[in-house]
Amino acid sequence: MKLTLRVWRQKNADADGAMSTYEVDNVSPDMSFLEMLDTLNEELILKGEDPVAFDHDCREGICGACSLVINGDAHGPERTTTCQLHMRSFKDGDTIDIEPWRASAFPVIKDLVVDRSAFDRIIQAGGYITAPTGSAPEAHATPVPKPDADYAFEHAECIGCGACVAACPNGAAMLFTSAKVNHLNVLPQGAPERETRVLDMVAQMDEEGFGGCTLTGECATACPKGIPLTSITNMNREWLRATRKAGKR
Amino acid sequence: MARTVWDSTVGKKAVMAVSGAIMLLYLVAHVIGNLKIFFGAGEFNHYAHWLRTVGEPFMHYEWTLWLVRVVLVVAVVAHAVSAYQLSRRDIKARPSKYVHKKPRASYATRTMRWGGIILGLFIVWHILDLTTGTVHSGGFQEGRPYENVVDTFSTWYGNVIYIVAMLALGLHIRHGFWSAAQTLGAGSRTRDRALKAVANVLALLLTAGFIAVPVGVMTGVVS
Ligand code: HEM
Ligand code: SF4
Ligand code: FES
Repeated sequence: MKLTLRVWRQKNADADGAMSTYEVDNVSPDMSFLEMLDTLNEELILKGEDPVAFDHDCREGICGACSLVINGDAHGPERTTTCQLHMRSFKDGDTIDIEPWRASAFPVIKDLVVDRSAFDRIIQAGGYITAPTGSAPEAHATPVPKPDADYAFEHAECIGCGACVAACPNGAAMLFTSAKVNHLNVLPQGAPERETRVLDMVAQMDEEGFGGCTLTGECATACPKGIPLTSITNMNREWLRATRKAGKR
Repeated sequence: MARTVWDSTVGKKAVMAVSGAIMLLYLVAHVIGNLKIFFGAGEFNHYAHWLRTVGEPFMHYEWTLWLVRVVLVVAVVAHAVSAYQLSRRDIKARPSKYVHKKPRASYATRTMRWGGIILGLFIVWHILDLTTGTVHSGGFQEGRPYENVVDTFSTWYGNVIYIVAMLALGLHIRHGFWSAAQTLGAGSRTRDRALKAVANVLALLLTAGFIAVPVGVMTGVVS
């Protein structure tokens, strides 16, 4: 396949960026999207040009590092991560627009790489449990009802990629934050911090300058892990409950 | 606690949902009242007079009405101020647009914002027209709402303003009712279809009910 790529190039955080056009030839439909970009970068290096910077790590859809907006869709046209997207989703002769995640809480560092440390700080605000460390606990010590375990697991699937923020017209981090809150709040292990977790994580989310939720649902459509929009509803319920309890104390 | 709620995006959205629900409840009562216009000037004007005597002898003349008005003003102001502040924040959180545009994104949000502005302007015009009579066409008659309504809908602009606003209201309630349920944590996967159905029915009944009045005047059923 022969493709035309229009890629966002930006030298550093302070520089102005712009779209640059590149031609890539001999693209196999079996290549992953990132391998296709590797091909482009090899050519750029041979020509003595600066290769395109983009984030990636596991390349198997589990780490959450890859992050590209492809033709206006976070992670591209399939419901998966960019690293798991294959070139068979495109046609010979296509023009593909590649842009970084856009949100003021995710500033561009270089080209397609953005700073997602805001997510780390949201996690630090409450995405943990207090538990004695040491040897693994006895598995039957804390029984978890099956529906709760399933619910926790569904939300634990969030890999923190930030596609939800990139897709949201308000640059909101509600889907990410709600996945993390719900994952721990439903489990007995997460119960001691049930109220402080949701209050602190939402406060940190606001502090980072993410937008608010207008329930457009773009986040859940973009999420490669299928975190549902109802996750946000459930976090709202947890937040209101925690606020009421805090008010009584 | 009030500070926590107002300073948080989640809390401010809850203020929008609750104030929206208060206005919605009022509108249900309002549309039922309006439809009495089809039973003649006597019944309609009598109903309007009764609104001022509700709660007597416990309440003095017009006290209940003023209580409702105060609650509504607080609801409208809280709703509009939080809508403004949240929208400003949302726009700031996504300053640079994607070069590759997607048309579908944010359709509901945009209609809520434009619809909200239309409704806000409408509320002001509506009060100046039929409550205070400041901008009323033809002589405004205190205590004779039937005649005043007929005046308003005998002008082309009265009909246009009103019908456009009621269509905006229908769209606003359609997304707003469902949204408010999510904001207040009352939505769920199993309840989603029911909530959307109730939102659609409410939007349709309110819009149709309100628009029936100008249509009635235009067609001469009410005169
Ligand atoms: C002053 C005029 C009004 C303005 C400026 C306004 C504006 C808005 C805006 C911007 C939203 C948020 C949409 C979003 O988050 O996507 C909204 C939501 C809402 N509005 Fe209004 N609106 C007005 C009047 C009304 C009226 C008359 C009602 C009565 C039915 C109403 C009911 C609602 C409800 C129930 C919501 C949903 C709240 C939520 O998402 O949790 N609004 N409004
Ligand atoms: S909720 Fe989905 S889109 Fe958002 S960070 Fe988690 S995995 Fe990525
Ligand atoms: S590179 Fe790890 S999820 Fe894509």
